[in-house]
Amino acid sequence: MWEYTDTVQEHFLHPRNVGEIDNPSGTGDVGSLACGDALKLTLKIDDKGVITEAKFKTFGCASAIASSSVLTEMVVGMTVDEAAKVSNQDIANALGGLPKEKMHCSVMGREALEAAIADYRGLILPMAEGEVVCECFGVTDLEIIRAIRESNLRSVEEITNFTKAGGGCGKCEGALRNLLEQHAGIGVSRPVAKEKPRRMTALQKIKRIEEVLEREIRPGLRKDGGDIELIDVDGDFVSVSLRGACTSCSKSQTTIKEYVEKKLRELVLDSLIVEEEQS
Amino acid sequence: MSLAPDAVIYMDNNATTRVAPEVLAAMMPYFSELYGNPSSMHTFGGQVAEAVHTARCQVAALLGADPEEITFTSCGTESDSAAILSALRTYPEKRHVITTRVEHPAVKNLCENLTAITGHKYRVTRLKVDAEGMLDMAEYEEALREDTAIVSVMWANNETGVIYPVEEMARMARQRGILFHTDAVQAVGKIPINLRQLDIDMLALSGHKLHAPKGVGVLYIKRGTLFVPFMTGGHQEHGRRGGTENVASIVGLGKACELAAAKMDEENSRVKAMRDTLEEGLLTAIPKSLLNGHKTSRLPNTANISFEFVEGEAILLHMNQQRICASSGSACTSGSLEPSHVLRAMGVPFTAAHGSIRFSLSVYNSEEEIAFVLEKMPNIIDSLRKMSPFWKG
Repeated sequence: MWEYTDTVQEHFLHPRNVGEIDNPSGTGDVGSLACGDALKLTLKIDDKGVITEAKFKTFGCASAIASSSVLTEMVVGMTVDEAAKVSNQDIANALGGLPKEKMHCSVMGREALEAAIADYRGLILPMAEGEVVCECFGVTDLEIIRAIRESNLRSVEEITNFTKAGGGCGKCEGALRNLLEQHAGIGVSRPVAKEKPRRMTALQKIKRIEEVLEREIRPGLRKDGGDIELIDVDGDFVSVSLRGACTSCSKSQTTIKEYVEKKLRELVLDSLIVEEEQS
Repeated sequence: MSLAPDAVIYMDNNATTRVAPEVLAAMMPYFSELYGNPSSMHTFGGQVAEAVHTARCQVAALLGADPEEITFTSCGTESDSAAILSALRTYPEKRHVITTRVEHPAVKNLCENLTAITGHKYRVTRLKVDAEGMLDMAEYEEALREDTAIVSVMWANNETGVIYPVEEMARMARQRGILFHTDAVQAVGKIPINLRQLDIDMLALSGHKLHAPKGVGVLYIKRGTLFVPFMTGGHQEHGRRGGTENVASIVGLGKACELAAAKMDEENSRVKAMRDTLEEGLLTAIPKSLLNGHKTSRLPNTANISFEFVEGEAILLHMNQQRICASSGSACTSGSLEPSHVLRAMGVPFTAAHGSIRFSLSVYNSEEEIAFVLEKMPNIIDSLRKMSPFWKG
């Protein structure tokens, strides 16, 4: 018998906003039947970027259903930017807490919200880009690294509780331990480097990176009052420094990993790893 | 007769059972005035030893065994461990064990960790099962080798109720001089057993699965079988299991075995009929539901049914709202993130395994309760399916 709070039970037995919005502004579809839980979140967003309606359909246990239900209540009335900041801990807190083995249910809620927002913004979800580490549940290194950082995870068991990775055959335990060693307590994520598909000299790399930063990345950052500077390139490690408004932005890490790194991998070399130089 | 509004409808008897009132009554004196130690020389203790002996005879009668073949233990898990580890110590040169992929964790986890436990390297053959949960006897025959120390195969599966051909399997092992152990925790009291005619060397049973209390079990050791104790200590249980006897529970288990023998017919007629009504009713009323396990080679009290596209824990909690108690093989209830190893071994698709519910009845269930469950279940499944992104109903 799980120890569920009254709020979890209440949301499970009387879920709010069950269903699917017709012609939604954004849809987030995460999980699968095989994994044991899945969530389809649909959002209606008005022209001011405010979420006016949220509905869910969930396959899963009581805490998965309760997490989905409370999430739909939380985000209605938020702007998309505000909703993008909702963390899995916020969802768990709104439920009065979740058993630690069930934290992955709140993570699923957050992932569906992110996916729905990405869909609304016409972006591709960055988390799916990583390499699959846990084959049983299809969890990528990027998702695991993010959970380690955001929820301050300290053991393989905690990783399993939050992401389900390692909860199946257990073959990836070593890989999870490696990720922990690399990322626990470190502010910068360092995804496993892939095989280099092609070779470039250091000079070629620096030139191309500067070009891409100037052409593709700076214009977007400057619009928000920020900027980016290339500090160093060492092998595949690219050190950058965010300037202006970016330095005080809580999403700067996300900007670097999910935007800058993605662009550089796409346009320069797909083994590049971008790190922020702490100034 | 109708159901009381606050009645608990208990259909989780493979997990544990109600202590029969007659069992409790038989136990009570041993919690109060009859507190003597059965090993004592005085008559005051001696009368307690007599009660233990009576219980031993009652257990032996249910199993078709002799009283001296009965050793009381603390639980089914202890009996399983004692049996398997004794065989390995008796034949230290034999380094092969045969078991199945659908064993209870008591045997499964022991067999998976033999090297760590014994410090010796063991080869473990885990026999496969088919989609109905049945073993392939040809694979079994092939697996029996000269260096096989013991075969451990459950008599009946706790999750599906599937009954395994342990009589035949024990015979095949005996022909090759290999010890045979069976975890009969789910079978004892539900189906007739006569060990005198069989080649089973060791058998484990647990009191609380047949209306005795928790904390008492039995290891049957066939006369002539070499045995190395699991718990050494005093001379209790003919030196096979040290430790002062759990007298009250042993007396209760004896009484429970006597009752089980008397109710064997009811278990296989009335209980089976209720199970069949429940099973057929659910499979008919609820679309996309399917039976897990062999249709006929099965305990009379167990029905394991998968409701596709919904998740077991959510079903159980809704059933709990109606005070209906059952179990699930879903990931969320298995304590891990994967659904039951039994259903996976049978190749039940994950889509169905996550939504599996086990109903296990006893003689204490009534036809009214069956009707109540049949009335409530379709709505529970329907309400969850309406919430499921995979349900296109």
